[in-house]
Amino acid sequence: MMEAIKQVRGRAVAVPGDEIDTDRIIPARYLKAITFDGLGEALFYDERYDEAGNPKDHPLNRPERQGARIMVVGAGFGSGSSREHAPQAIKRAGFAAIVGESFAEIFFGNATQIGLVCVTLDPEDLGVLTEWVEAHPEGEVEVDLEAREVRFGGRVAPLAIREAAREALVSGRWDPLAELLEAMDEVRKLDATRPGPGKRGGYRGRA
Amino acid sequence: MAGKTLYQKVWEAHEVRQLASGQSQLFIDLHLIHEVTSPQAFGMLRELGLGVAMPHRTFATVDHIVPTDARSEPFADPLAQAMIEELRKNTREHGIELFDVGSGRQGIVHVVGPEQGLTQPGFTIVCGDSHTSTHGAFGAIAFGIGTTQVRDVLATQTVAMPKLKVRRINVNGELRPGVGAKDVILHIIRTLGVKGGQGYAYEYGGSVIERMSMEERMTVCNMSIEGGARIGYVNPDATTFAFLRGRPYAPAEDEWEAAVAHWRGLASDPDAEYDDVVEIDGSQIAPYVTWGINPGQAITVEENVPDPARVSPEEAALVNEALEYMKLAPGRPIKGQKIDVAFVGSCTNGRLGDLREAARVVRAAGGRVPPGVRAIVVPGSEQVARQAEDEGLDRIFREAGFEWRYAGCSMCLAMNPDKLVGDEISISSSNRNFKGRQGSPQGRTLLASPAMVAAAALAGEVVDVREVLGVKA
Repeated sequence: MMEAIKQVRGRAVAVPGDEIDTDRIIPARYLKAITFDGLGEALFYDERYDEAGNPKDHPLNRPERQGARIMVVGAGFGSGSSREHAPQAIKRAGFAAIVGESFAEIFFGNATQIGLVCVTLDPEDLGVLTEWVEAHPEGEVEVDLEAREVRFGGRVAPLAIREAAREALVSGRWDPLAELLEAMDEVRKLDATRPGPGKRGGYRGRA
Repeated sequence: MAGKTLYQKVWEAHEVRQLASGQSQLFIDLHLIHEVTSPQAFGMLRELGLGVAMPHRTFATVDHIVPTDARSEPFADPLAQAMIEELRKNTREHGIELFDVGSGRQGIVHVVGPEQGLTQPGFTIVCGDSHTSTHGAFGAIAFGIGTTQVRDVLATQTVAMPKLKVRRINVNGELRPGVGAKDVILHIIRTLGVKGGQGYAYEYGGSVIERMSMEERMTVCNMSIEGGARIGYVNPDATTFAFLRGRPYAPAEDEWEAAVAHWRGLASDPDAEYDDVVEIDGSQIAPYVTWGINPGQAITVEENVPDPARVSPEEAALVNEALEYMKLAPGRPIKGQKIDVAFVGSCTNGRLGDLREAARVVRAAGGRVPPGVRAIVVPGSEQVARQAEDEGLDRIFREAGFEWRYAGCSMCLAMNPDKLVGDEISISSSNRNFKGRQGSPQGRTLLASPAMVAAAALAGEVVDVREVLGVKA
């Protein structure tokens, strides 16, 4: 069993824009590695640094945002590639939760399975949160999966998240591998009865 | 009682059980892996002391990082070399079949699966790559997964998944000459939006889809993910069966009739209930080009680039951002836009049919790629390359000034040496026009069909391929 994730609390940073794709979150050249180590530094690299490697004006580069644990984003966040490198980079850069208007399907699944919380607010509440975060670098945001709300600056906004994901996070079952392994007898039966590639009393084309 | 969709039938045949979270544990018939998203998964397995449960259901190839101009090892890029060696080590250690470089079977994972007959109707298919939706063209339920899920499939041959809704997209009527599968899917994404498919599997049907070849159906299903749908599929039919017959991993002749009978029964019932139905008039579709930074930002070649002043306020911010990045003036025609690079290839349009189509346009247009334009053709697999060379397509391209390359993903996402430089603008038969997608942080991409790419390569600018082919009404 993993750690149960019921609340995430911390300072926040708003990364503006809709349809931020995974190529932007982690450019393809940083995928040339056989581990996820070190991905945190490559997060949003081409948005944060110019070609000479000098930092640009990006929210993640601002000194007052260092150590932020919550990222506030727009709509369609994480579209594009299935690369888990994207949520891994966000997690390894120190973030524990993302609050946005909507998330791409695969990104959401990948993030949830590594315990990176993704929740949505309705556009109006998200606008208020974004403005508040921009005005209050020291302010803390609370993402409360049990109460299903995001709290900041004395305000409360109801959050939405797919119930299966919420349940998995708050019960510490966000990584399902242990549960999947429990059913291996049944899985082996399916393997024996289901057609497979080249199956012919065994698997054709295999040495 | 209402009938069932193919999605429902396949789901029911593969659901092992419901998990405590409410997701389902789904059995996976076929797992495809490549060098980019699998090494970390094998690493996790090692840390957990787990093996690969069913190596006979996993197949590997190398596609993203392979150079397409030279094949001798070690590759110039040591990171690329390390990745291919890690894949070799992992597949050897776990008894997984690898279609390695030079085997005659290597290529883009979504090209190789179908051409080897690994991809079959009714299968659940996963791969650590979002364009796994391609395999849905065969009536498979195929979807991209993350690396931690690759680990899950290696360890258990199952994955935890929420069940999706199904949207039926009927494309009826008749496509006009010069309009192809790429134009159909760009039209669908533009119509339904890049987020339109979230929570849905797309079932494509209607007379246009039914008349399509398997390769064309693969192009449509491939880009389902660009419309936000994780899965896109077409019901299996005679076209599907004819494509599969005799392929190396397809059912053998003595079990063929039984296999076909089984596959026929998987198609959605005539009275199946859908969560949503969308009608598209195929006769209204024209050749498409994207102008922006996501695949939904597409216009026909006859249209003008949008003007932020004339779109809704919600859209204006994204339109502005896209125009600024693409360095395009609002309101002007896309036709006549100069290009620096032309790329024919990728899992969307790197199959034999795509190369034939591009070569046909090259022949019709005549002339040569003008100075200052780089044009490259990258076959989707070693087998596609061999077939194209047998037909003399490579010669047509070479004589017109295109570079003819070895198989790989190449300039779709530029993880190999094929990249845009600076703010070069490329017309590409690939699937994504995201910022920086083709390897330069300022690089710009116009997505189009292989025919449109070939026409633009020879003109040095965006042209209407129908004029080149003499079919413009």
